[in-house]
Amino acid sequence: MQAFEYANPATLQEAVAMLGSSWGEADILAGGTDLISLMKDYIHTPKRVVNIKGLKELQGITKTATGLRIGAVVTFDEVAESPLIRSEYPSIVQAVLGVASPQIRNMGTVGGDLCQRNRCWYFRQGFGTLGKDKDGTSLPPIGENRYHAIFPKGDAYFVSASSLGPPLIALGAKVKIAGPSGSREIPVEELFVVPTSNKGREVSLAPNEILTEILIPSARGVRNATYEVRHKQALDWPLATASVALRMKGSTVASAKIVLGHVGPTPVIATEAEALLAGKALTPDLAAEAGKVAVNGAKPLSGNEYKVQLTRVAVKRALMEAMKARA
Amino acid sequence: MPNYSWPPMESRKQIGKRYRRVDGIEKATGRAKYNSDLNKPGMLFAAMLTSPYAHAKVRSIDTSQAEKMPGVTAVRVVAPAGTELQWVSQEIAFVSATSEEVARDAVRAIKVDYEVLPHVVREEDLSKVADRAKPAGEQVTGDPDKAFREAEVISEGMYGIPVLTHCCLEPHGQVVEWKGDQINYWPSTQNVTNIGPDLAKNLGVPATQVKVHMDHIGGGFGSKFPADRWGVECANLSKASGGRPVKLFLDRATELNIAGNRPSAFAKIRLAAKKDGTIIGWESSSWATGGMSGGGMPPIPYVFVNIPNRRMNHTAVMTNCGPLRAWRAPNHPQASFLTCSAIEDLAAKLGLDPMEVFAKNMQWVAEARRDSYLAQLKKAAEMSEWSKRWHRRGDSGPGPIKRGMGIGICTWGGLGHASNCRVTIHPDGSVIVELGSQDLGTGTRTVIAQVVAETLGLPLESIKVNLGDNSYPPSNPSGGSTTVGGVSSSSRIAAVNALEKLFEKVAPALGAQPDQLEAVDGKIQVKGNPSKNLLWGAACKKLGVQSISEMGTNDPRNPRGLNTQGVAGIQVADVSVDTETGVVTMNRMVAVQDCGLVINPRLAESQVYGACIMSICGALMEERIMDAKTGRVLNPDMEFYKLAGIGDIGEILVDLHITPENDKRGVIGLGEPPTVGGIAAIANAVANAIGVRVPTVPLTPNRVLAALQERRA
Repeated sequence: MQAFEYANPATLQEAVAMLGSSWGEADILAGGTDLISLMKDYIHTPKRVVNIKGLKELQGITKTATGLRIGAVVTFDEVAESPLIRSEYPSIVQAVLGVASPQIRNMGTVGGDLCQRNRCWYFRQGFGTLGKDKDGTSLPPIGENRYHAIFPKGDAYFVSASSLGPPLIALGAKVKIAGPSGSREIPVEELFVVPTSNKGREVSLAPNEILTEILIPSARGVRNATYEVRHKQALDWPLATASVALRMKGSTVASAKIVLGHVGPTPVIATEAEALLAGKALTPDLAAEAGKVAVNGAKPLSGNEYKVQLTRVAVKRALMEAMKARA
Repeated sequence: MPNYSWPPMESRKQIGKRYRRVDGIEKATGRAKYNSDLNKPGMLFAAMLTSPYAHAKVRSIDTSQAEKMPGVTAVRVVAPAGTELQWVSQEIAFVSATSEEVARDAVRAIKVDYEVLPHVVREEDLSKVADRAKPAGEQVTGDPDKAFREAEVISEGMYGIPVLTHCCLEPHGQVVEWKGDQINYWPSTQNVTNIGPDLAKNLGVPATQVKVHMDHIGGGFGSKFPADRWGVECANLSKASGGRPVKLFLDRATELNIAGNRPSAFAKIRLAAKKDGTIIGWESSSWATGGMSGGGMPPIPYVFVNIPNRRMNHTAVMTNCGPLRAWRAPNHPQASFLTCSAIEDLAAKLGLDPMEVFAKNMQWVAEARRDSYLAQLKKAAEMSEWSKRWHRRGDSGPGPIKRGMGIGICTWGGLGHASNCRVTIHPDGSVIVELGSQDLGTGTRTVIAQVVAETLGLPLESIKVNLGDNSYPPSNPSGGSTTVGGVSSSSRIAAVNALEKLFEKVAPALGAQPDQLEAVDGKIQVKGNPSKNLLWGAACKKLGVQSISEMGTNDPRNPRGLNTQGVAGIQVADVSVDTETGVVTMNRMVAVQDCGLVINPRLAESQVYGACIMSICGALMEERIMDAKTGRVLNPDMEFYKLAGIGDIGEILVDLHITPENDKRGVIGLGEPPTVGGIAAIANAVANAIGVRVPTVPLTPNRVLAALQERRA
């Protein structure tokens, strides 16, 4: 780990001012579950580390007029234990419990989950965000890609590692971002971007911005669930996930949101599958059909075609789980 | 001649008791100090520069920047210009510094110019390894051609089991302090007695200069015998840094890259058989790698060694990967997987119950173990509810979750190794037992205490057992499941010898001859006249100021009936497979395993539990993943090098096959055999569940779904 300056700002404004104008100058420390390993592996070598865990503005889970606000440094464990979240957002609780290590749930934050770097083994071994060899060859498509994208985009073959991205997008959540010239709000789906350079990032934050809050609309009357397919029951990355949010009209689906996780460099919105469900009563057959439609356009790599099947199943099972859930 | 024999089963007071391990609380609370926990005053930290390439030549190396960095105390190059590096993470240079961070930064400041050379790191497709294949020649027994001509059925299959790493939770490493002519050495080792001489030899100093100490080890599994490059250089760095202690433990990635692995095994196997399942011929063509040394042929056909007509070809594949080391029952899990898979496929082809096919072919098993296997098959069937749960290949029940059962088999030696033990009885009645052995986490301390307590007629708590120091009487390394036989026998002999001396001192006071005395329930008493006795404390006072200190030696050439070798074991797995996702879930694992006289059934069972868990990891999760282009291990971490957690294990049922006949055989090592059959059992259970063989383990969702798809197509 390269030596760095440690900053412990007292206010959000101070924290923003301590960040650099380009990537690599400063890194934000919240739970540290990703940052510390990035630094130990010299993947990140920030000159300054800015601790935001103590900032009051970034803490707590509170009810708002339109739904719920979760501070960016709220831990996974706090989310899993929150009665406000448990009562209305099973899809979030399921996603959080999918991180099957109490240690990580105790330390890891919701902001960190959204902003974490990807887990592609080529990236983690120093071949850059996109995993390119010195000669510019993309390593994932010619190498080992069993955990990579079946919806790659451009040269991005990694998968978004975020557990919360899919349910938050499905629920129509936004994130609030603070920067030098004040704050802005964007839908969660706009937070995730596909990097085009080997030094690019997976989120649309500027180097001097901090994700401060997650704003989730009320899910009253919205059946929602997350299903993840994991190889191990103990701590493991999902192979494919689906988060669904169904606005019901009686026993039919008025509108559906279906978001796939761990299959593309960003969470993937399954619009065809969403359209398929609209106005129909959800049956196991229809859920299976939605799963099939959800993977239309998938372009699996040499070693991950199985993830297409897993994604179908994740969609089907998330839908069936949502129908079981309390509306 | 004193009687060293184990007391009869029915009269034992300590041996056979289910004590919890004596260091359990210490370990569970974190008070136990592993050598990787050591933090000596003035201690320096070392780091290694290792090869980023799988095959390269060092053109030049420049350490000047690193040497100038503040905090750096010494730099040593072990791969100078001209050295050919043969695998990723091979050692190039070592640096010591005042902190681990400085040492690592300094390593990065070393400039190396490499000439990158072509590499081969993958072996599963033999057609792609070019000149790296080294055929070992054909072995033929009997007339395989005739057997296959006359066979009523021929079954064939292709099976693969990849390279695994040891993945010790405490990585390899040590703290070394080399001051003047004294070297204090705190390694993580399975070899307390002999690792000192190994280090000394590499340093060119007399073995007498090295003092070794280790209280606990966080896993070795066969990979922690030698001093290793990192031990030798750690010592050299200490010397070069004015004798300050230097700590060097491998980081996780280096540990998984170069600190040992279990070779792979791939094989095409054909069986010739009669319709009733009797095997009459075996043909195999196998290949394996364990790095640049290639990889030997696993002992196939496994256990069924006398299958009459055999033809076997094997090819060792040299790959630019970290070198193999012994891995808990070297080559046996691979052999069991290959053999049992082939037999299960034969049974499935014939529509026969594999229990019957295994039993039928016990005629090909070494005669000495045949009855054990037959009894164990019965017991395992009963414990696993085989007759209720087994079905023909392919669970025909409704729904996507399919359940299946499978069998695996094991054998092992386990003869006690050479071991010396000293038992000292002090005049105050306290007893200390000393051996230059080690407790690998198996419960060696506890077992020794039980043996000595039994022999001296004392409670367990009154026996102090000291291990882990090379100033104690030499005891061989813990490998090959040889420790429990060796140390239980040497400590039994030492304790009997010490007791004889005590009897001599005490006999006059009891008005008896020494050979009329016995030690029972904390007293020395006259046999047949227990009212004539002295309490242990009073008896020991008769020693005056002179302690008794007696040696005991286990000589493997004459273990005096105290220990022996040769065990059998059967494992049965019961799994559920989600055929939509390919995810395999363990319902139950049954292990019937004999190990002779069992000193502590709780700890013995615990060994078997651990072995079953390792099998579950190997069958479902573990795999070293090599990248063909970069030559790197892609998962040298605990993230994608997957190991089972508690939720992945299911129920484990163990039977130690304790019978008067087995007990009479004496103590037999147990560490390895129960690791052998589990992978085979699980792979067979999955085939039984889903109706098709998944040829290569680990049985990942990817592979399970691929096999299912192939069956449909």
